[in-house]
Amino acid sequence: MSEARTGVGGEAAVARGSHVDPFTEEPVTRAEQRRKQAIFAGVLALVALYPLIHPAVDTALGGTQTMLPMMQITLFVILALGLNIVVGFAGLLDLGYVAFFAIGAYTVAFLTSPQSPLVQAGISAPFWVAMVLSLVVAALFGVLLGAPTLRLRGDYLAIVTLAFGEIVPRLFLNLEQWTKGSKGINPIAKPLLFGGYHIGDPVPGFTLTVAGQPVNSGQATWYWLILLVGLLTIFLISRLRDSRLGRAWMAMREDEVAASFMGINLVQTKLLAFGLGASFSGFSGSIFASILQTIDPSQFDFSVSIIVLSMVIVGGLGNIWGVIAGGFLMGFFNFFLAPNADDWLGGIAERTGLDFLAINLEDKKLLIFGLALVLMMVLRPEGLVPSARRKAELHPDTEDTAAAERQTLYGASDHHAGGD
Amino acid sequence: MALLQLDNVHAYYGNIHALKGVSLEVAEGEVVSLIGSNGAGKSTTLKTISGLLAPREGEVRLQGKRISGLPAHKIVARGVSQSPEGRKIFPRMSVRENLEMGAFARKSGAEIKGDTERVLDLFPRLRERLDQKAGTMSGGEQQMLAIGRALMARPNILLLDEPSMGLSPVLVDQIFDIIREINARGTTILLVEQNALKALEVATRGYVLQTGQIVLQDSAANLQRNEMVRKAYLGEE
Repeated sequence: MSEARTGVGGEAAVARGSHVDPFTEEPVTRAEQRRKQAIFAGVLALVALYPLIHPAVDTALGGTQTMLPMMQITLFVILALGLNIVVGFAGLLDLGYVAFFAIGAYTVAFLTSPQSPLVQAGISAPFWVAMVLSLVVAALFGVLLGAPTLRLRGDYLAIVTLAFGEIVPRLFLNLEQWTKGSKGINPIAKPLLFGGYHIGDPVPGFTLTVAGQPVNSGQATWYWLILLVGLLTIFLISRLRDSRLGRAWMAMREDEVAASFMGINLVQTKLLAFGLGASFSGFSGSIFASILQTIDPSQFDFSVSIIVLSMVIVGGLGNIWGVIAGGFLMGFFNFFLAPNADDWLGGIAERTGLDFLAINLEDKKLLIFGLALVLMMVLRPEGLVPSARRKAELHPDTEDTAAAERQTLYGASDHHAGGD
Repeated sequence: MALLQLDNVHAYYGNIHALKGVSLEVAEGEVVSLIGSNGAGKSTTLKTISGLLAPREGEVRLQGKRISGLPAHKIVARGVSQSPEGRKIFPRMSVRENLEMGAFARKSGAEIKGDTERVLDLFPRLRERLDQKAGTMSGGEQQMLAIGRALMARPNILLLDEPSMGLSPVLVDQIFDIIREINARGTTILLVEQNALKALEVATRGYVLQTGQIVLQDSAANLQRNEMVRKAYLGEE
């Protein structure tokens, strides 16, 4: 796995002839880089082996299920990485990212569920084909959303994307003959691996018991598939960031007019940001649908867009490793802590008699998300793991830029006076 | 044939008639200055050349071929490069990255490397600050970067929009020396300036723009002597 890491973090390093820390995008020594690679490999190994130790954790937490939350968290990290293309790289605020997630999920449902009119009419596809199509369809819709919003920036773009994110699930709700409306579509195909084995089914002949509980091999295979897709996503997105297109996005984010003067095709560059960003959401949606086996429009409400956006912002806009960290943190809260804390708090309240502890955290999830975002913006606007660029932008005072500015101004004048 | 030619160009902002039939020419190897007061349409003229604004009537030709109506990035690819008003450097990119962005439309890595060296020879200041974030540099340095970045496209014609704006007199002299130097090395320049005195010093020819119309055109030397120009733009009573 350390090779993948080198490929990811080493891109900029190769270009510059020195090593660059992927977390801060600042130069690092070779020894330091090795140490960080070792840490990454260690964390990855732990994350990858989690399905084999999950029964022990579940038992230690008093029977709380941890595999499904882990799958959801990992999947949402992929979503956050995709949204980071649009918001972090290209600087286009997208508040309707859930729409592409829904489009991906419904594409797979339409093509694989026996309840779908398409399948009933004889048009169906295996999961893998449907997954690729979900990516393509989501990307097309990304371009479709991008096209009319090309001239919009900032607040106006946010409003249009917000509306798009509201319209799409509503469409799925109301197109009942296609989607069964709020009843939802099920079942949805699972990915066929080989020898008739589908991902998500218990692995035949596999029995492993940890801490007295059996390992859920069906969930384990799902989890590993998501993890694999996640690693591929990290690789692809870091290649994108360091590519010609990535530089065009960066230039466009900083100054659109200047970018066009560099010969950057703004229309193409923006549409590619929307399209590529949406494609990651699309195939995540297909996996999401297949894991849950049933989808309905209520799963794709505004809160999904907000959760994914918070992951990007809390982690550090534009920084791939920051987004992953933010994704895990916010995902941990959203999929694990909030749903389970009620039981734990209730238990504590019962035992200690401190009734005020028995609060329903799930209900207050969005409130807490909002608070987290506000606190982040006030205390650390550049995110947990900021990109060096954002840090410089948001904390100019700490970098003594003002002093440097004064110095260079006089330095420059002196230099020229001397030169003349 | 003129390298760049504007033929009876009319441009509008909504209903505001900003350019009322502007015609001008820049021949290969020239420095042509376009002078005029605030709001005369100088920057608008550059916008119609660089493709940010499409003329409603008339056309812009480069080497005899019509470029008006093309999107901005295609006009850059044809060899028209601009150092925009207010510099518009990429503040969070390093000086080196800014220069690399200037060569975005080009393919050959070796050529780009050679051009980077030439630009850095022209602006030794930038060489000292290659890894500094461009936004933390002084105004003069940013202006140098904006011009250097525009040169990285290896343009047939370089458009300079108010390069002296906001700079101290010493720096203004320096910038105009560099403009002269760039031209001496073979780049054709169309210069838009409020500082008419300086602009006419470096130019071969000049045009005077007033409320969207060319009211005067002559050799730079004649314009410097012209009564009306002296009164209106060179600050003489």
